[in-house]
Amino acid sequence: MTKTAERRPVAHPPVPPPPTPAPAGRRRRRLADQARAYGFLLGGLLCFALFSWYPAIRAVVISFQKYTPGSPPEWAGTANFTRVLHDPEFADAWRNTLAFTLLALLIGFAIPFVLALVLNELRHAKAFFRVVVYLPVMIPPVVSALLWKWFYDPGAGLANEALRLVHLPTSHWTNGTGTALVSLVLVATWANMGGTVLVYLAALQSIPGELYEAAELDGASLLQRVRHVTVPQTRFVILMLMLLQIIATMQVFTEPFVITGGGPENSTVTVLYLIYKYAFLYNDFGGACALSVMLLVLLGAFSALYLRLTRTEGDT
Amino acid sequence: MTPGTRTLISPAALARPRGKALYWTVFTAVVVLFALAFLFPVYWMVTGALKSPDEVARTPPTLLPEHWHPGRYTDAWELMELPRHLGNTLVQAAGAWAFQLVLCTAAAYSLSKLRPAFGKVVLGGILATLMVPAQALVVPKYLTIADLPLIHTNLLNDPLAVWLPAVANAFNLYLLKRFFDQLPRDVLEAAEIDGAGKLRVLWSVVLPMSRPVLGVVSIFALVAVWQDFLWPLMVFSDTGEQPISVALVQLSQNVQLTVLIAAMVIASIPMVALFLVFQRHIIAGIGAGSTKG
Repeated sequence: MTKTAERRPVAHPPVPPPPTPAPAGRRRRRLADQARAYGFLLGGLLCFALFSWYPAIRAVVISFQKYTPGSPPEWAGTANFTRVLHDPEFADAWRNTLAFTLLALLIGFAIPFVLALVLNELRHAKAFFRVVVYLPVMIPPVVSALLWKWFYDPGAGLANEALRLVHLPTSHWTNGTGTALVSLVLVATWANMGGTVLVYLAALQSIPGELYEAAELDGASLLQRVRHVTVPQTRFVILMLMLLQIIATMQVFTEPFVITGGGPENSTVTVLYLIYKYAFLYNDFGGACALSVMLLVLLGAFSALYLRLTRTEGDT
Repeated sequence: MTPGTRTLISPAALARPRGKALYWTVFTAVVVLFALAFLFPVYWMVTGALKSPDEVARTPPTLLPEHWHPGRYTDAWELMELPRHLGNTLVQAAGAWAFQLVLCTAAAYSLSKLRPAFGKVVLGGILATLMVPAQALVVPKYLTIADLPLIHTNLLNDPLAVWLPAVANAFNLYLLKRFFDQLPRDVLEAAEIDGAGKLRVLWSVVLPMSRPVLGVVSIFALVAVWQDFLWPLMVFSDTGEQPISVALVQLSQNVQLTVLIAAMVIASIPMVALFLVFQRHIIAGIGAGSTKG
């Protein structure tokens, strides 16, 4: 990078376009400024181009091709899509992914909200609660998955031991077709809840206390205060987190891959898992990209909604 | 939050005897719940690795290890080649952090202060990637890494496969750009009048003023690489290059349960330690980042 010894006019920070054709010297300087600006930008730009923009375009292109690494791709029309759609695992994967997302919303949504509500009322050991609830988030996801795989062990697993301790019937957990998915949702909730709780807490703390005082003067009970003050005041954050969670859980991979391997009987195969299988087990990159495009379109719609909501709320 | 801030329940209600009793009941219940739900699993993991293989498989389980076998930790360290895999993770995370810090900072500075032509278009293109869920693009991204366009280089099994894609992080770049936007223009211009070049301004004026945001970006960058699983699983097929997350899963079938548990504990230590050291900043960052949109 060369030093810029030339002085630039500083009186008017947003440089207005010169009314008369710029003299050659200034034009050269502007060119140099642009070169410098792009010099700073180049590295980052190249990475975005290579690893974000290009793959997005490529996913769409390859989804219409017969693609095997090493040999030149051939156009295949919509063959990839029809093949993927006729795969019996396709319906399983989407059903599981949607069920996972819904269950994660039911379990992983109400609990953190109630927990944050209670934590916000506690006047002691605040730092302790925040650290403890966030601890699982900092444990590598692979470790949480392996840990819970061990807990769910039908023999000496902690989960069944806990049930025996309180004289409840034991469960098959991840080994039963009916319970496997719920068991995975519990793991994901345990591992990720901390972030949600902390965001809620921050939102709860921004509620002006006068609102509660006024509600109490009007004779509102505790539950009424939650319903008519807390929920409306945090509605925006709730909605945001809900969308973010939907986007995140629809891309779930680590838990089913590590804990159940998609089983039993495909009851925990997710869309991302299926994409992985198409690419690395069947060596069918066309099929993998066709699936990716479907996931991309669906999640892109959710993301667009998220960005739109944050944008409009930020402006007001 | 200041101690006097009014929340859902009024201080007056809490001061009454019944309120006080109820408060401490709820408080105790929450402490017990948190200990059971979040701390006990971690305790179970740490002590599980100290038990003998029979003891771990025993029902009902023992709450405390009968005999302490710290040897599991050294077994895991040696048998599972943890130094190598932890080293790989460290190299991948540190490189991703350095690349991100240098390239994202430079790009954010350019977009914020140097007014490149089509800067708005570039920024729009970068922000658009926020809408594209990262995991849905792993397959074409993998194909790009396996055969880089134009130069036809294969980066599989190379740490660059983690470092370079890490730079394409729109969230961190936007965080930096927004922070730079708020820096007072006259300070930067004063430096330029004194004859400082753009790089000099970035290095000696902008960066020292940006410590908080650089800290946040650094933590995000490190944690993201350390916790990632699917991407390293795809790009590191060579066992010797695998980070700890991938190695744990690959080796989990072939080692004794107690050894695996010990390895899991070791794999968790760096991030948990980082969290405990920087917990104030991390927790404050999560709260502030989310409510401010």
